[in-house]
Amino acid sequence: MNWTATLAQQIIRPLLLGMSIGASICISPALAEVGYPEKEELKFGFIKLTDMAPIAIAYEKGYFEEEGLYVSIEAQANWKVLLDGVIDGRLDGAHMLAGQPIAATIGYGTKAHIITPFSMDLNGNAITVSNDVWAKMKPHIAKQADGFPVHPIKADSLKPVVDEFKAAGKPFNMGMVFPVSTHNYELRYWLAAGGIHPGFYAPHKGDTSGQIDAQALLSVTPPPQMPSTLEAGTINGYCVGEPWNQQAVFKGIGVPVVTDYEIWKDNPEKVFGITAEFAEKYPNTTIRLTRALIRAAKWLDDNNNGNRPEAVKILSQSNYVGADYEVIANSMTGTFEYEKGDKRAVPDFNVFFRHNATYPYYSDAIWYLTQMRRWGQIEQDQSDEWYKDVAAKVYRPDIYAKAAQSLIDDKLIPATAFPDFSKETGFKAPQTHFIDNLTYDGNQPNAYINSFVIGLKQGDKL
Amino acid sequence: MNSLTSIASNRLIEQGRKAAVMLKITELSKLILLPFIGIAIFLVMWTVTANSIETSLGKFPGPVAVVEQFENLYSEHVAEREKAQAFYQRQDERNAARTANDPNYVAKIRGYTGKETFWDQIITSLITVMSGFLLAAIIAIPLGIWMGLSRSLQAAINPIIQIFKPVSPLAWLPLVTMVVSAVYVSPDPIVSKSFINSMLTVTLCSVWPMIINTAIGVSSIDSDLINVSKVLRLSAITHVQKIVLPASIPMIFTGMRLSLGVAWMVLIAAEMLAQNPGLGKFVWDEFQNGSSDSLARIMAAVVVIGFIGFLLDRGILALQHWVSWDK
Repeated sequence: MNWTATLAQQIIRPLLLGMSIGASICISPALAEVGYPEKEELKFGFIKLTDMAPIAIAYEKGYFEEEGLYVSIEAQANWKVLLDGVIDGRLDGAHMLAGQPIAATIGYGTKAHIITPFSMDLNGNAITVSNDVWAKMKPHIAKQADGFPVHPIKADSLKPVVDEFKAAGKPFNMGMVFPVSTHNYELRYWLAAGGIHPGFYAPHKGDTSGQIDAQALLSVTPPPQMPSTLEAGTINGYCVGEPWNQQAVFKGIGVPVVTDYEIWKDNPEKVFGITAEFAEKYPNTTIRLTRALIRAAKWLDDNNNGNRPEAVKILSQSNYVGADYEVIANSMTGTFEYEKGDKRAVPDFNVFFRHNATYPYYSDAIWYLTQMRRWGQIEQDQSDEWYKDVAAKVYRPDIYAKAAQSLIDDKLIPATAFPDFSKETGFKAPQTHFIDNLTYDGNQPNAYINSFVIGLKQGDKL
Repeated sequence: MNSLTSIASNRLIEQGRKAAVMLKITELSKLILLPFIGIAIFLVMWTVTANSIETSLGKFPGPVAVVEQFENLYSEHVAEREKAQAFYQRQDERNAARTANDPNYVAKIRGYTGKETFWDQIITSLITVMSGFLLAAIIAIPLGIWMGLSRSLQAAINPIIQIFKPVSPLAWLPLVTMVVSAVYVSPDPIVSKSFINSMLTVTLCSVWPMIINTAIGVSSIDSDLINVSKVLRLSAITHVQKIVLPASIPMIFTGMRLSLGVAWMVLIAAEMLAQNPGLGKFVWDEFQNGSSDSLARIMAAVVVIGFIGFLLDRGILALQHWVSWDK
């Protein structure tokens, strides 16, 4: 639209006006169906990570405006500030860690009823260790013909390093971004699968450090500060979203060893969180913002990731992620650089739309709840029914289905791009593809919890 | 003899003239040449040191990189303005379309939702610092005058001032933030909470030097002047107007200069910590971005922050000259 500004406005304006009125009459049936937004000026928060892309794209491509929403987007200092912003109404909605709405709703941390009508992406994280640790891990990893290590790298190769630290009386510290973050659970999952205990939480005793019995000590560091904290030597490794793993490669201060795609293939990552109150008070606005986000996510995956370079360019603007184009492009365009020079194709490293990535599955929410129970954030046993009830309270596929249906009716997105809403139960078929070869069935959370070697099981209490 | 003396005196005059010209030249060189040399040496040293510092974000930016970023920041500003214009146009069209469909709709024009440019951040910072400073002045000057006039009030308040004066803005900020979000509740606020937060933090930190200096200025007025006032039986208000204010203006302004310096420094820190819009947030955002341009952009901001600080100080000086016209 930039050209309009430069052209003779007086002539163009009435012309365009006529056109847009014509256009709005054409799509009026849909408008009648969803209705005008009750709240038009919205402010969304995000953390500087590439997976905030759907919000940036919905803004830059005008999808929010097409829904009649005037959205301003604001970077937040850390996940706590962001969550508090949504709870106290300073923000209308935000890019959130999948665990945040769940934890807030069950009252772990700040209690508030947060819901999510839209899951933002799959995968997109990695675990990076410092150069020192990498040098010590390397002898324990098998090599390919080209000299690069065989992937996926399991934490088994990190175990001797952790033992060495322990023998020397030094703590082995790792950073993750938030106690209920995907990264915390992924890092714990990876460590535990390799026999390294990441520690328990005991909130009922006032211990929220998550370091009880820990062999690796995990603590919180905001994503953009991960590389500098690693460089300063405060932590020996971290689990974070992009571009902060690729940044470590570019800066030459660390080596990403494993992506979350390898820990759990197509794991749900960020979600878009709003308060239940917001959704109730502004139903049309909620559906409309979901529509815009779905369109943005689709755009990001269209043409077989063909739009990604343009997306990377937008994300590298200083008001969004702001890192260099090359750093963001490294992971966003379907590749991932592990060791310097070891660049591999990971086409599904960032998935925004395909594989029904945006649909909020109950089973995804339940997986997070099982991990909260496994590490003691949920201090006591809960029934399978409880897990399902909580998931239904937080994840709202009903809103998603309304938004998607209206997009189908408007012929903006074909029905084939979505799950069949008449049959969808919200539970994915039992999933394999975990790094420890366990199977996850969202219908049986307690059985899943009992299947882990390291972790609290049914009946355990700290 | 006469001709001799005249020659001698001519010579003297000539020498005097020469000396005067020399003096003027040295004065001029002191005014222009020396600062110029100083800046040139600084730039060279900066370039050399910058080249030898290797950070994980690349080399430390030298003057050339900073100038480049100034250009970038300017072109970003221009591009953003164009986007804003297009935004308003689209909004007009959308409003018109909706009013045509839905006659009850009251169309309104919303502000541009895009990013704030460097220029916008400068303006925001300036507005915030001036509001915080003015609020501080409104509190501090009357209080200072009152304290200067009344020994007992001074004795009562002085300990509080001495304790609060050295408190860092970073300590006030969380308190201010919490209080503002508790007290300043409005569905449609005129100014944003973040603005109030920064402004109050600035006020809290810059109020003290002004109170102290005003109080000292007032209490050290020449006793002759006070006696005159007593003899003339001036009313309290006239006493303050005609005697106290004119006599203590230099000290009040010293306090104001100190305060404005503090205010400007505090504001940048507060914006950085609280993520309030402004230059401090710009610096913090760039630090978080960690792109290869980030350091140069931060350096550009540093130069601008310094320059504005200098201009603010000069501004107060100019104001002082204008106010004390009678001297």
